[in-house]
Amino acid sequence: MEFTNAAELIELCSEQKKKISQVMMDREIILFHSSREKIMKRMHHTYDIMKKAVNKALNEELTSMGGLIGGESKKLYARIKTEQSVCGDIVSKAISYAVGVLEVNSSMGLIVAAPTAGSSGVIPGVFLAIQETFGLSDEEMVEALFNAGAIGYLITRNATVSGAEGGCQAEVGAASAMAAAAVCELRGGTPSQCLDAASTALTNVLGLVCDPIAGLVEAPCQKRNAMGASNALISAEMTLCGVRHIVPFDETVEAMYRVGKSMPHELRETAMGGIAATPTACGLCKSIFKE
Amino acid sequence: MRQMSVFEVIGPNMIGPSSSHTAGALRIARVMHKLAPKDIAQVTFILYGSFAKTYKGHGSDKALVAGILGMDQEDERIKEAFEYAQKEGLHYVFEASESKSYKHPNTVEIVVADTKGNQISITGSSIGGGSISIDKVNGMEVFFTGEYYTLFITQEDKPGVVAHITRCLSEQGINIAYMRLYRKDKGKLAHTIIEADEPIGEEIIDHIMALDKVHYAKIIRL
Repeated sequence: MEFTNAAELIELCSEQKKKISQVMMDREIILFHSSREKIMKRMHHTYDIMKKAVNKALNEELTSMGGLIGGESKKLYARIKTEQSVCGDIVSKAISYAVGVLEVNSSMGLIVAAPTAGSSGVIPGVFLAIQETFGLSDEEMVEALFNAGAIGYLITRNATVSGAEGGCQAEVGAASAMAAAAVCELRGGTPSQCLDAASTALTNVLGLVCDPIAGLVEAPCQKRNAMGASNALISAEMTLCGVRHIVPFDETVEAMYRVGKSMPHELRETAMGGIAATPTACGLCKSIFKE
Repeated sequence: MRQMSVFEVIGPNMIGPSSSHTAGALRIARVMHKLAPKDIAQVTFILYGSFAKTYKGHGSDKALVAGILGMDQEDERIKEAFEYAQKEGLHYVFEASESKSYKHPNTVEIVVADTKGNQISITGSSIGGGSISIDKVNGMEVFFTGEYYTLFITQEDKPGVVAHITRCLSEQGINIAYMRLYRKDKGKLAHTIIEADEPIGEEIIDHIMALDKVHYAKIIRL
């Protein structure tokens, strides 16, 4: 039942005529001696936390620990209601929700690290926007989280989802790939299309550095989550209309891992490079930690 | 290799902002909550490396206090941990260490004194994604992660003690996944750490403590 790469996953899906989410559920049930009922219940709880985080940012005043972000989700959402948004409703909602979860995270609220806290906005942003737009049930969304989980598992197993190890391409890149595959499945894509969408999403952010101002999970992390959410949607859209991804998922993951390894440590979560090393960011860093 | 669950990828569910600086810090302190006697009077947190530099911005300080109070990583009260500590009369102090003698960049040493003046200390590292390792107990090098049902025992390094412990476990039908024994000097105090796949019932503590060469026994489950 175990699969260790995308090729094996596709093989299992076609042998058993199952979706990626179903194969991932079977894997969880068998490896952890659980039942479908138990793991679905637990994943419903997970999805509930995601929804609550999105709602919290839309309805409460949140102050981040470092004071670098706060209120962005509301601003984005208000514009959907008052103006014709540049991105269209679905993307605008996804980015509003994604940045909101980062507000909750940075103000010590409850989130789901999916796959990490720094990238915790991407999946809730995409999932809630898709659910609202297409009128999908919680049951369908929770099943799709297992599809996202399969992609995240493969990246974690064969590369990394840690910003300290692989940069932001590993964190937000993984979240974006996970969301892209899940959207693909939810909109009727085949297992190989799901992996194509994930490959596209990951490829699009290859080389993205991790450079948090003052070392905090606030900026530019929050906006990168918005980017990761929209990247998931465009990757799914491209795949669903029949655009193929040239390089298979397993090779894309390996490429991402190699790029991560070749990044200097200044660009891997140390706050010593990129945007974090700009004069403005260094000034902010001093004022945040002076006390 | 341990199998990875989908809930480690879509999860953990945690209080932000950082899995290693917030959730991991809390889990180390939660080990101390389980390990220490119930009447904690004073806690000292000595922070090393990245913890020492950024603990305030990541809320590691609140997470550590929350862990000592027994809160889990989904507890939304973590943000107000200092207020809860005050209510419960828990005294705590933070020391940011300049020392470079730590194994991992996110390391904290927690020293607890109970109301009778007994001290217990642990050193733990937050190794990423909220996972932790406990590297020292009372200055003695050890290793456990809290991922398993863990039994921590302090005993005299004498013949028959380990046999007594394993007998207690087999009587309860508990299968040992890992068992490690640590000692500094022959014949003095030793620590036994047992990690099991199944839950270990609290009743085992009385059985193990029945032997007078066993000084201390606690179950740790995060």
